[in-house]
Amino acid sequence: MDMDIISKLKESGLTGRSGSGFPTGLKWEAVKGAVADKKYIVCNGSEGEPNISKDSFILENHSEEVVKGIKIALETIDNSSAYIYLKSDYYNKYKYKEVLEELIGDSPIAIFKKIGGYLAGEETCVCEVIEGKSPVPRIKPPYPSEAGLWGYPTLINNVETFYQVAQIAEDNYKGGRLYSIAGDVEKPGTYELLENMTIKQILQETGNLPDMNENDEKSFFIQAGGISGEILLPEELDQKLKGIGGIRVFNREKTDPMSLMKKWAEFFTAENCDKCTPCREGVYRINEMLKKGEIDKEKMDDFLFVLEQTSFCALGKGVAVPFRSLINKLLV
Amino acid sequence: MSEKVKIIIDGKEIETEKGQTILEVAMDNGIEIPALCHHPDLKVKASCRVCVVEIKGRKGLHASCSTKIEEGMEITTDSENVKRARKINLELIFAQHREECSDCVWNAKCQLLGLAKKNNVKITRFIDRKTDYPTYQFDDSVIFDSSKCIDCRNCVEVCKNQGVGFLEIKEKGSLFQIVPSEDPKKDCVYCGQCIMSCPAGAFEGVGEFEDIEKPLQDKDKHVVVQFAPAIRTSIGEEFGLPAGEVVTGQIVSALKKLGFDNVFDTSVAADFTTVEESKELVERIKEGGKLPLMTSCCPAWVKYVEFYYPEFIPNLTTVRSPQIILGGLIKTYWAQKENIDPKNIVVVSIMPCVAKKHEINRTELEINGLKPVDYVLTTRELARLLMKNKIDFASLEPEELDNVFGDPSGAGVIYGASGGVVESAFRTAYEKLTNERLEDVEFKQVRGMQGIKKAEVELAGKVRKIAVVNGLGNAKEILEEIKNNPNESYTCVEVMACLGGCIGGGGQPVPSNSSIKKKRAESLYNIDDKKEIRRAHENPSVEKVYKDFLNEDPSAHSILHTSYKKAEKGNNKKI
Repeated sequence: MDMDIISKLKESGLTGRSGSGFPTGLKWEAVKGAVADKKYIVCNGSEGEPNISKDSFILENHSEEVVKGIKIALETIDNSSAYIYLKSDYYNKYKYKEVLEELIGDSPIAIFKKIGGYLAGEETCVCEVIEGKSPVPRIKPPYPSEAGLWGYPTLINNVETFYQVAQIAEDNYKGGRLYSIAGDVEKPGTYELLENMTIKQILQETGNLPDMNENDEKSFFIQAGGISGEILLPEELDQKLKGIGGIRVFNREKTDPMSLMKKWAEFFTAENCDKCTPCREGVYRINEMLKKGEIDKEKMDDFLFVLEQTSFCALGKGVAVPFRSLINKLLV
Repeated sequence: MSEKVKIIIDGKEIETEKGQTILEVAMDNGIEIPALCHHPDLKVKASCRVCVVEIKGRKGLHASCSTKIEEGMEITTDSENVKRARKINLELIFAQHREECSDCVWNAKCQLLGLAKKNNVKITRFIDRKTDYPTYQFDDSVIFDSSKCIDCRNCVEVCKNQGVGFLEIKEKGSLFQIVPSEDPKKDCVYCGQCIMSCPAGAFEGVGEFEDIEKPLQDKDKHVVVQFAPAIRTSIGEEFGLPAGEVVTGQIVSALKKLGFDNVFDTSVAADFTTVEESKELVERIKEGGKLPLMTSCCPAWVKYVEFYYPEFIPNLTTVRSPQIILGGLIKTYWAQKENIDPKNIVVVSIMPCVAKKHEINRTELEINGLKPVDYVLTTRELARLLMKNKIDFASLEPEELDNVFGDPSGAGVIYGASGGVVESAFRTAYEKLTNERLEDVEFKQVRGMQGIKKAEVELAGKVRKIAVVNGLGNAKEILEEIKNNPNESYTCVEVMACLGGCIGGGGQPVPSNSSIKKKRAESLYNIDDKKEIRRAHENPSVEKVYKDFLNEDPSAHSILHTSYKKAEKGNNKKI
């Protein structure tokens, strides 16, 4: 089986389900091909996104496939051992851990309790935390596939990615993807649908699409792809979801854009690592501005510019997306 | 042969070796990229985001300090986007850095202000966010004003490299701050390497700049000054002279111009330390005393042993450090000779070091109730004092030292570089142990910038191991090695807390890095090389003081020796 799992992964077109969308087959190939006497595999169940609980959904319902996916990776990658890196809530949930432990059996897979928040799910932070350090991102390159845990080539995939790998290995993969839907909707929750569906189809299929008749076409907006995702208006939903599998719907009447931005700013201020200037200082200044309830457009534009262009890691780069799209689309 | 790659920076084609960063290649080719958190001796952190450049075909801007060159890369260092990003990031850095420029170790060489001018930065665009951040004082040596910190975390790295780890990153509210550790097992050892690594001047010595005029204000007192070996090849840097320029004579005339009544050279006292330490080494070897004998002239190292490794206290030589010996001799021998009441003498030391500020307050060093040294000024503080008094250092005519204690031997001068103490001691101890003349006085294996230098020498028919260590992180390694192999140990271990020894001390001019330190050290060895007298025990002034005074006087032991004890955590406080 391990002969062709990488080809199968490539053929399936599976991309990483952490939000970055990197082709899984290429990542596996890179780690398998790296020259080293020892390698690591990490199943990333850090799930730090607010309002998204797809990994929890999978652990609840499909632990068997997740562990199977990890075991396939262990067979594919020589001299490897694995970690399941779990958000502390999940780690502490007796049921998850017990089920995982039973499924793991004698395999070289250890369950690791995550320390830290949102940023601690970033792949180089994952390495730092497992090594016993603080969740501060590393300079890339080298990527974890070249030098990850303790400098050894490391395959880091999301819980959902391993779940899908197991499906692919069994030839059961139909292009599935998990979506957490939250906010002002009828039926919030996590759903398994197809990867190539548009956002509109996802909302429709799950009975969560607000009415969109002519009179109230501006009745709602959504944020797609997690807290760093773009704000989309009702007419922009005929596109696939970018980023992590989460959609949050906002009733426009009930939502104050300024308070929403304030919440984001508070979140990023609390969750960033304060390493680089644009993210530490820019996010701080955005937060201060929103605390006062006034936006200085020139300054805001400058902060978002340096965040997007010069941040050290993806967290900082991603901050600009929701703010800029909200300001451009809702505050005009 | 390493692989070559071709890249283009600002339209200039460059062929160079692979593996370098964009910043390194740019610097080598005279292309200026501003870099703030970058320190050539420390890890690349890529956190200030000021050195960003544009790379053709790649999204966003990229930190040139952390991005390695690749074949065909086309880099622009001054595009509109680069200029805009640099300006905004600098404005954000200024918004977290409380400017207190009149009191800053960077003096007129502030990188932040330089960059502000070059990049049209409006330094007051945002309100400083750290104005209420605390200032900490680490006992009587180092001050950390966290309202100036720009969060590059270089200080945390050097403190950890020193095996100390006293400076920590703590989350307070939703922001991380650098704070001194509250762990009772961690304490500052006053090496001052944080000062040398901080691009923003957030660290300084205690009293740095505020108190520099104090010593000369005692009009009724007889104020004398001594200066350490490592000053003579570094202070010129503060006045635009090249690193390593030897300015001993200018220091003497500058100190006289400032109004000091007498000027002495601490290197002479180093010769006393050498003679005493060699005696102690010979004694310990002959009488089966505690070995390895460890040097104790570096007060940061002494604090490190007393706090972190008290089990090694018996290994420390009891011989006092040069500045303390000279202070003691000034207030006894010299006072008698000159017929001055020692109570009316003020001794000032110019030191490359902030731990020396701590050393002079050790009560066990007092002689007849008097501190041997009353004030310590760092190299930087002396430079500032000269600037304040409008003394144009670079154009001063060199003058001679006051001849009471005379000139040092070459051995006394090389004390300022790592390996110098052991080399000096070896020159003397060899002759005392073997009764033979040492033909080649140069002990080259212990010279240089390497962190740990090991050598074996044959002394009176026995091969003896010697270790020379600079950087306390390296000292930790040697101490652990000795602990684990007590039987296969060294005869003598020299430790200097700072990389490179005192030439790299925490009181030296900034910037300071390994290439600058190398030049400062080389010049000390050049001075030694040109000296007629290169052995401490052959220094005629040393011989004379022993003959006239030390050999007879009952206070000799208290002038030359001291004791140590297990240290409690120092008085670290918010000020």
